[in-house]
Amino acid sequence: MTRLLQLVFRRIPIGWLQLTHNRARLFAAVAGIAFANLLVFVQLGVVASMTGTIEMTYAPFRADIIISPLRQQLVNGELVSRRVLYIALADAAVADATPLYIGNADWKQSPSTTKSLIVYGMKPEAVAFAGATVGNQLAMLAPFGHVLIDREIAGIDQLAEAGKSPPFEINGHTVQAVGSFQLGSGFGADGGLFVSDQTFQQLVRQRSTSTPSHVLIQVKPGETPAIVAARLNARLAPEQVQVRTMSQAVADEINYMNTEAPMGIIFGIGVFIGGLVGLVIVYQVLASDVAAHIKEYATFKAMGYPHRFLLGIVLEEALIMAFLGFVPGVILGSGAYQIMAVATGLPLGMTPDRALAVLAGTFVACAVSGMLATFRLRSAEPADLF
Amino acid sequence: MMTGREPSIRLQGVNHWFGSGETRRQVLFDISISIERGSLTVMRGPSGSGKTTLLTLMGALRKVQEGSIRLLGQELHGASEAAQEMLRRRFGFIFQAHNLHESLTARQNTLMGLEVHGPGGDAAKQNAAAVHILTSLGLGERIDYLPEKLSGGQKQRVAIARALVSNPEIVFADEPTAALDKEAGLNVVRLLKTLAETRGTSTVMVTHDTRIIDLADMIITIEDGRLA
Repeated sequence: MTRLLQLVFRRIPIGWLQLTHNRARLFAAVAGIAFANLLVFVQLGVVASMTGTIEMTYAPFRADIIISPLRQQLVNGELVSRRVLYIALADAAVADATPLYIGNADWKQSPSTTKSLIVYGMKPEAVAFAGATVGNQLAMLAPFGHVLIDREIAGIDQLAEAGKSPPFEINGHTVQAVGSFQLGSGFGADGGLFVSDQTFQQLVRQRSTSTPSHVLIQVKPGETPAIVAARLNARLAPEQVQVRTMSQAVADEINYMNTEAPMGIIFGIGVFIGGLVGLVIVYQVLASDVAAHIKEYATFKAMGYPHRFLLGIVLEEALIMAFLGFVPGVILGSGAYQIMAVATGLPLGMTPDRALAVLAGTFVACAVSGMLATFRLRSAEPADLF
Repeated sequence: MMTGREPSIRLQGVNHWFGSGETRRQVLFDISISIERGSLTVMRGPSGSGKTTLLTLMGALRKVQEGSIRLLGQELHGASEAAQEMLRRRFGFIFQAHNLHESLTARQNTLMGLEVHGPGGDAAKQNAAAVHILTSLGLGERIDYLPEKLSGGQKQRVAIARALVSNPEIVFADEPTAALDKEAGLNVVRLLKTLAETRGTSTVMVTHDTRIIDLADMIITIEDGRLA
């Protein structure tokens, strides 16, 4: 390793030799950075899973444009009047529109187990608006009480696929799973249920077909959804709704979760604190290292080594510590994701881009710590050596 | 560059003080000295007489406040930090406290005296030079030892090797033989003499070692900041 670094730096790798000379201090520094990395990975993982669950909630639908209440997310939003659907259909560029009903229901699986579900209601004939995970199964929902069950809710999904699911009860109504679709658990629910608009009215109380949660729109071939959405927005201004392309709606919701929703802000602060912990640990190690070697550094100055050479040694140490701390940090982070994914059902996992981002962040934090620690080098006064 | 007959070191009317205002205390008064190339100069004086301050001024380790100091033909008064730094690369420093880097072996500490001239040097030649000087100082068996595995005298010899390995034009030393036994001390003096004869290296040292004082070409005595 020393020879390799000597080739890279084209000088004796003093930083590396200094770090490895005091192994106890190096171990403490690496453990501290690995812990800080673990904190950051966990926070970023949760933030990313929020993004993942938001994308998942939009996945069962295929539409170009969505009309929603103002400042609301897809799930748990206010309602819109069905009137806006008819106004939208009057636009020459709109090919079709359909109402989307969203609500919540509890599924009591056993006396001790209750699953909270997001219930999606759509007209069974609106097959063109069903996403790939729902597809033609929408047509099977016409009979009252027929549902598609979330594949991620273990146990019933395989029976549902085979058409052999036993009836079960949702909010006091008996339903029959006739198929399944992919959703998975998120921060607001354990899974999802897809039903017809008529079944929806029964399962989710106090909801009427005249007030859907959103309206989904498909534009005619050759039309640009963003232009149509802008036009509809202007036309529907008195209705207190917002018209966005589907991709814009997803992006807005992710942005809202990350920057405005309490959960996103809390985890964002967690990332910052994780970075700060690493920065402080590295600073402590480097600052005490500089203090311990101040006479040697002063000797180098007396010999004619420039100040930047001393800075280079400290930065070399910082970057080596960053890399050595990152390796166990990424391994621990991957392990934490596995445990959290099993425990919560959230879509958590290590991704190369996240690992690289944390590595880059670790390098930056360590470099900043190194630069702060180099302020102490100013006290290395060669004239005091004699 | 140094002209043909210009001395290695020339001081004219040097005054130096510490502090300012009411706390200002002058430590050197009107010092004028000329030290020839290839000479061995010994500086003597009681503790607190100003000899260390003078040594650090001559070594370009302090800014010249008043007067003129010319080193190897270069004026130090008003010189920039970078210019002083470049000049110091042509010197060798031997401190009473060896100040070896604890994580570097004797060989690596010695090589630091060569690496100061920047990357690009012939690594094999540099290594050979380090081994040669360590061996000539009686450390042939301890080349790859860390300082913690060396005795006080051995550490001092490594510090001397680090100062001399680059064949400096001037050597500044503070009691370089204090930690050495008679034989090792004589070895160091022989090395300095060889450098003076073969390369014209000037040596300025603070010492009370009579073995060296007897060999000195010039003796400077300072008392209360003045040349005695």
